[in-house]
Amino acid sequence: MAAPAAELTKGGVLIATFTRPPRSLWKDAWWQFRRHRLAMVALATLSFLIVFVLVGPLVYHTPLDTIDFLQSLKGPSADHPLGTDDLGRDLLARIMFGGRISIAVGITAVLLAITLGTTIGALAGFFSRLDNPLMRITDLFLSLPILPLLLVIIYLFRDSLRSAFGPELGIFLMIVGVIGILNWMPVARLVRASFLSLKQKEFVEAARSIGARDRRIIVRHILPNVLSPVLVAATIGVGGAILTESTLSFLGLGFPPDVPTWGRILFDARNYLDIAPHWAIFPGLCIFLTVLSINFIGDGLRDALDPRKTS
Amino acid sequence: MGRYILRRLLIAIPTIIVISFVVYAILALAPTDPLSAFGADPRVPPEVRANIRHQLGLDDPWPVRYVKWVSSLAQGDFGISFMSHSSVMDLIKQRLPNTLAVVGVAYVIGVLLAIPIGMISAVRRYSVFDHVATTFAFVGFSVPTFFTGILLIIVFAIDLRWFPFIYDSTLVIHDIPSFLDQVKQSVMPITVLALFDTATIARYTRAEMLEHLPLDYVRTARSKGLKEQVVVLRHVLRNSLIPVVTLVALGVPAVFGGAIVTEQIFRVPGIGELLVTAIGNGDTPVVTAILLIFAVLVVLFNLIADVLYAVLDPRIKYA
Repeated sequence: MAAPAAELTKGGVLIATFTRPPRSLWKDAWWQFRRHRLAMVALATLSFLIVFVLVGPLVYHTPLDTIDFLQSLKGPSADHPLGTDDLGRDLLARIMFGGRISIAVGITAVLLAITLGTTIGALAGFFSRLDNPLMRITDLFLSLPILPLLLVIIYLFRDSLRSAFGPELGIFLMIVGVIGILNWMPVARLVRASFLSLKQKEFVEAARSIGARDRRIIVRHILPNVLSPVLVAATIGVGGAILTESTLSFLGLGFPPDVPTWGRILFDARNYLDIAPHWAIFPGLCIFLTVLSINFIGDGLRDALDPRKTS
Repeated sequence: MGRYILRRLLIAIPTIIVISFVVYAILALAPTDPLSAFGADPRVPPEVRANIRHQLGLDDPWPVRYVKWVSSLAQGDFGISFMSHSSVMDLIKQRLPNTLAVVGVAYVIGVLLAIPIGMISAVRRYSVFDHVATTFAFVGFSVPTFFTGILLIIVFAIDLRWFPFIYDSTLVIHDIPSFLDQVKQSVMPITVLALFDTATIARYTRAEMLEHLPLDYVRTARSKGLKEQVVVLRHVLRNSLIPVVTLVALGVPAVFGGAIVTEQIFRVPGIGELLVTAIGNGDTPVVTAILLIFAVLVVLFNLIADVLYAVLDPRIKYA
């Protein structure tokens, strides 16, 4: 890379200093990631979408729930850049609001799944006593029919959670919780496998020989080495969780009708495909672009963090 | 080998029992009353309602009800639907052919397309074909099936009027025109599902082939003077397909899950549609039965995948 720059000091001694800052794992990964052209395009697209849903409502002031029957089912126009729905509500405002919820659900659900999966995987991989029971539980969860079960749980517990936490927070907590609880298994298996091989390594033995306790060995010594595959799984998981949330909303079992998530808007639009296709196409495109860019970023990260790949 | 299969079977049985217990417990512990479908009727006096509960055995604690449910299941009795008052078994028998005609065909098409696509793109890595195929695969599993479905409806059913967008399950195939009608109405749901399946399996096949291509045995085969075709088809493909076969087996239950959405878009009256309607109506016997069927499918295909893996890969020793 950069050549060492020669510098003369006062004493006339030649000292070589490197103009390049020290390399770190994350800098290397970023350098590698930038070479993945599609992943960079995806990162730009995703950043744009996030800015769009976060900053958009601050700039664009049309309310999302003003009903105007004279304007119903109109295509894109100057007043309503993305058109209106059957009640004449502005779609751009609704899509920006819905995006916040969809993305928030995706990220929170994955955080939950990753936390659960990493904890269970680490315990199973590190303590051989726990390995068998924990892995049996993991296998059991893997045998559950996820989508049908999600539908049933949400249907059954929706009303009681709604009365406990209010319609929006209650449903949010439930969807995040259920997606998280039904998706931690792959991460647990991944973390367990890495723990099993890493705990035999010399550095763990070294840590143990200087008196480090189990807890410290797990958290400070082994866990950082498992981080990169978990990060890749988490990235792709966010895309999956957004898809799951929109699928639930599309089946009418997600957020209530007055909370316009992307899937919910599509669900409402599906009976008007012949007269108002724009109503379905815009939220669908948003879901598609978000998930596609997240998957490309995950792919780029996998390449960037893979130590076998040196270029 | 025989012992391995037997052991896997012995693990599968308790798994199914535990899952049936979990499914039943979720439904039993839920705050929603299974009788709410009748209970909402104000003309039913409370004592009559209590009587109904007593007769249906709803007064028993739920573990007792679970045991009763399982023992009648063992005799092939899934109970009676609250909504249609017909036997759950009959309902499922009615719906299953529709699901299989769409989901089954789509999965077969998906697998048949995916393996050659994955193979060619691995062999011609970084060629135009590979770039197109990998991008297509990425798009295929990033786009939600309900969005592809809606796009297809807008383009092919509304704008071009090529295909009907509602699936007619009363259609009986008796001659060539009615067969063509069946093909026409199946094209879109099958395309949606097959697109997703092809994308996932092709990507996996490609990755597996790429793992194997640089290995020593491939070089040996080439240096023996075998034709490239023989090397790829008989040596690399056969070895790479082992994990692909297990993926295909493991994917079957997920495919049924995915059918829930597709059936909803195209209004195919299949199992998934039955489940969504039953959930909406609070039809507990139907919901438990379908959930259990899905769970058994998952366990069964896990078992099939494990056994296939053992049969196909003699290098693995099972004690």
